[in-house]
Amino acid sequence: MDGDTKGPLIYRQSWWTRGTHWVWAVCLFFLMLTGLQIFNAHPTLNIGLQTGFDYDNAILEIGARGDGISPYTGFTKIFGHEFDTTGYLGVSGTDQEIRAFPAALTIPSNRSLATGRVIHFFFAWLLVGTLLVWAVASAISGHMRSLVPTGRDLAGLPQDVANHARLRFHHTREYNVLQKLAYASVLFVALPLMILTGLSMSPSFNAIAPWLLDVLGGRQTARTIHFITMVGLIGFFVVHMVMILAAGPINELRSIITGWYRVDADKGGEDA
Amino acid sequence: MLNRRGLLLGAAALGMSGCKVLDGANDSGSLRSVFETAGGLTYRAQRFLGGGHSLAPEYAESDIRQGQRPNGSVDPDGAEYVGLRDAGFAAYSLAVTGLVEKPLNIPLAALKAMPAKTQITRHDCVEGWSCIAKWTGVPLAAVLNEAKPKVNARFAVFHCYDALEKSLSGEVKYYESIDLIDAYHPQTILAYGLNGADLPVENGAPLRVRVERQLGYKMAKYVHTIELVDSFASYGLGKGSYWADRGYEWYAGI
Repeated sequence: MDGDTKGPLIYRQSWWTRGTHWVWAVCLFFLMLTGLQIFNAHPTLNIGLQTGFDYDNAILEIGARGDGISPYTGFTKIFGHEFDTTGYLGVSGTDQEIRAFPAALTIPSNRSLATGRVIHFFFAWLLVGTLLVWAVASAISGHMRSLVPTGRDLAGLPQDVANHARLRFHHTREYNVLQKLAYASVLFVALPLMILTGLSMSPSFNAIAPWLLDVLGGRQTARTIHFITMVGLIGFFVVHMVMILAAGPINELRSIITGWYRVDADKGGEDA
Repeated sequence: MLNRRGLLLGAAALGMSGCKVLDGANDSGSLRSVFETAGGLTYRAQRFLGGGHSLAPEYAESDIRQGQRPNGSVDPDGAEYVGLRDAGFAAYSLAVTGLVEKPLNIPLAALKAMPAKTQITRHDCVEGWSCIAKWTGVPLAAVLNEAKPKVNARFAVFHCYDALEKSLSGEVKYYESIDLIDAYHPQTILAYGLNGADLPVENGAPLRVRVERQLGYKMAKYVHTIELVDSFASYGLGKGSYWADRGYEWYAGI
C-alpha cells in the first residue's frame, strides 16, 4: 500500500458484480484444468481447416519418445523449436507417465477425455449463463459503462502506468484506466472469444453458424485460438493476483466479498 | 473481518491437490450426473437452433490434402467379416430390422445402384483432430423410406462387425445409435466410397455411416445391421453406444 491516509469505507461492488465474479472464477478454474485434460487427447495445435497428418501445419506439439531401453523423454516443440521438458510436459510424475500436461494440471488427475469433457461443458454452460446475467445486470446498473475507459482516462494513461510501475495505488470509487482496460479486455474480448472458438469446435454448431468457422479460419485454427486465449487468461490471473497483493489484499478482497472498500482520505472517494 | 491466512491456505491447498478435486466424477454417481445435465442442455439447444436441416460445411476438392485418418478398429478379425472381406464383400448385405413395416436385406450391389450422394466434409474426432475427405454413399433416409419405420421408432441403432474390446469374458461389438432427426438428415449417408475409390477396410469397408453434425465416434464403421428401436436400454450398458457405455456423451454434437 502507498502512504495515503485511510478514508471512509464505501459500498463499491454490487451483489451482482461480486456474485458473478466468484462464479466465473470457479468456472474458469475448472474449465482450464479440464481443458488441459481434453488437450492431452491430441496434444498438438494446428493452423487451418484440418490437422496435418501428411503435411505439417502444427505450431505446438507436446510428446514423448524413447528407444524402449532408457526412460522416455518429454519434448515440447513450438514453431519448430524443440525443448526437452521431461518431468513437466510429455513425461511426468513419479511413474514417468506419458502425458502432455501432468496430473497436477488436469481434471480429473487420471487420463479421462470423457470425464474431462463432461465437466468442461458443464462449466462452459455455467460461464455463459453467468456472463449473460452479468451483462444484463451491469448494463442496467451502469457498471458495464464504468469498465469503458473515457477520454480523460486515456489521457491519464501514461501517469497511471507510471503509478502502477512504482506500485503506487490510489484507492478510489472508480477503477483506474489500466484496471478498466484489463477487465474490459477479459469481459468483452477474451471470454467471448473463448466461447466463440469453443463453439466453433462443435460440428453441430458449425452447421448452425458456418460463417463463424470462416471468420476464425477453420476448426483447427479456432482450437489454437482457444488455447492461446486460455494462456492469455492465465496471464491476466497472475497480474490480477499481483495487483491485489500490491494494492492491499485485505481491502481488495473485502470489496469483492462484502462490497465495502476503503478509499484514500484525500481522494474523498472520487476519481483522482 | 476475513481471515487472510485461512483464505491463502485454502487457495494453496486447492492449487496443490491439483486436480484430484473432481476425480470422483470419473465414476457414475450423483456428482457425475450433475455434470452430465449439461449434455442434455447442449442436445436441446443444438436441436432447437439447428433442427433437422442445418447443413454441415462442405469443402472443395482442393481441401482434400491427405488420406482419411483411420481410428478405432482398422482391421476386424471376426471370422464372418474376414470371410466377406476376402471375397471382396460380394456376399455382403445390409439388414434393416426392428420397428419397420418392411424389414430389408440389401446386397451391397443394390445399395450402390440406389441414387448416390457425394459430399466433401470434415471428420472431427473427439480427441481434437480433423480430417477432410470425400464420401460417397446412399442417403440413410432413402433406405429408411423403403423400410418404412413404425410410428414408435425413435432411434436407429448401427450394429457392427468390429470389436474394440476383447477379453476372456468375450468381446464387445461396436454399436452406435442416432435419433431419427439425424437419421433423416440429408447429409447422413451410408458410405461405401472414400475419395473416389471403394471404402478401404481401415475406414470401415464395406459400409459406414456418416453423421456430419456429430463427432467421429458416432460414425460407426463395418455396419451390418440397422435396427430401429424405441429405446436402446437393452443394448450394451444401455447408454446407446459403445463409447457412451464408456463415459462419453451419447449426443456428440460438440
